[in-house]
Amino acid sequence: MNWLLEPFEFEFMQRAILACLIIGFTNGFLGSFVVLRRLALVADALSHSLLPGLAIAAIFVGLNPIGLLLGGLLAAIFVALGGHLLARNSRIKEDTSIAALYVIAFAFGITIIKFAKVKVSLDHFLFGNILGIASSDLWMCYAVGGITIFLLTAFARPLQLALFEQSVAKTQGVPVGALLAGLIVLIVLTMIASLQAIGVLLSLGLMILPAASVYLVSDRYAVLPWAGGVLGALGAVTGLLISFHANVPSGPAIVMVLGIVFVLAYLFSPTYGVLSTRLRKKHLHEESLKRWEKTP
Amino acid sequence: MESQASCLLIENLTVSYNRIPAVHHLNLSLPAGASVGLLGPNGAGKTTLLKAIAGLLPIETGQVTFGDLASTHAVAYVPQREAVDWDFPITVQALVEMGRYSSLGLWKTYSEQDASVVKEALEITELQSLAHRQIKALSGGQQQRAFLARALAQQASVYLLDEPFTGLDANAQAGFADALCHLRDLGKLIIASHHNLASVPDLFDKVILINGELVASGSTATTFTDENIRKTFSTSIFSGHTS
Repeated sequence: MNWLLEPFEFEFMQRAILACLIIGFTNGFLGSFVVLRRLALVADALSHSLLPGLAIAAIFVGLNPIGLLLGGLLAAIFVALGGHLLARNSRIKEDTSIAALYVIAFAFGITIIKFAKVKVSLDHFLFGNILGIASSDLWMCYAVGGITIFLLTAFARPLQLALFEQSVAKTQGVPVGALLAGLIVLIVLTMIASLQAIGVLLSLGLMILPAASVYLVSDRYAVLPWAGGVLGALGAVTGLLISFHANVPSGPAIVMVLGIVFVLAYLFSPTYGVLSTRLRKKHLHEESLKRWEKTP
Repeated sequence: MESQASCLLIENLTVSYNRIPAVHHLNLSLPAGASVGLLGPNGAGKTTLLKAIAGLLPIETGQVTFGDLASTHAVAYVPQREAVDWDFPITVQALVEMGRYSSLGLWKTYSEQDASVVKEALEITELQSLAHRQIKALSGGQQQRAFLARALAQQASVYLLDEPFTGLDANAQAGFADALCHLRDLGKLIIASHHNLASVPDLFDKVILINGELVASGSTATTFTDENIRKTFSTSIFSGHTS
């Protein structure tokens, strides 16, 4: 048990483990909705488009959490909303318009980031530094996590209708557009909260991998977010402990752990696993033979 | 058109996409307890009309009113089968329970009455034995019936179905038609877009023939005539397209 308890002796590890639990759970929980709405690539685009917003915030107000939050949110809304409007008013489809805007935004961000008074490293933006997480960052994770999980739980019912089939949902009085816009805002908020600790790329991994794994296993909408959250939290802590003992970078270790779980779900999920269903399924020939033998 | 009180009244309805009318200046009055086939060539505005009635598209002129049952959720809409994500993690039972949203809202708990409405919808559509299946593990006809059951659970008075018979084999079509008859006998108004003309007399007791504008409407026996069909399908009535 010593190998499990040893990391807890260091204060930076205690904070890191706490951060893993909160961020892993929040991202995994939110991820279910992202996967169901097929927003994974949009989330990817959003993650990169945060950069110019953060750069502008860093230039004008410095690296304080509120400034970063507002800057990132504005940049992401510019890309998400702009992409949507661009697609609606031209023959360009939404995937193209969002990709176009986020690449532009990312390039703009890199260009202006050197004018920031404080040093912002691209490495940090993408991969974060969970061992260097400060108490103020932890508080932001608590707040965003709490808000995200509360809102998604409170609106789970209409969200289910909106995610599944929009036109019927609208005839039933579900404000589909507002709910999906809200979902985008929550994605951005969660990414910004995860930024300091694990960076935007890892945040994306924590959002997509647990949710995708659970999606391969369960047919129950209500179970998905909670299972995704638990898997995200456990995977993040496991990855962190492995990185501590094996002395490898924590971010990639976390993603690798979740990646392994995803591959296992893909292969061995009882209902949808590629291998398990193939092994279990009887050849149709046997069944037809039986039926043929039964008929007089 | 009818002496009965109308369940759905459409007056001077025009719906446009980018200022090109897809359906224009359409007047219709339909009674409760009828099964209506909505017929017309591709691009005639069948889906547009259904969506406009369902309130999914902005109306440019005119209005749509729902008889004396002036509830906001008087309409249940059943989309085309291709428009649905069948991998969604949901069982038949949960799909039908979605129909109760309009009366449950955000917070209300799912009551025994809701449960009995859902149970009845599953019975009418003969899906009780499949209630716990994931929706992809259903045949095409069963999938169509599952969405009908969801619409039934909404307890609407008008049911709008977009090409419900497309892709169904004879058996599945008969099963689905039975469920629709049951609904009609309960006093519901059913409007289904349809394009297999041969099966129209078996499936619908009224027809609406449109091609951008209304060509004819009335009981199948008197309206579904060769002349009306020719008028609908062969002449190119103004539809706003400059071809």
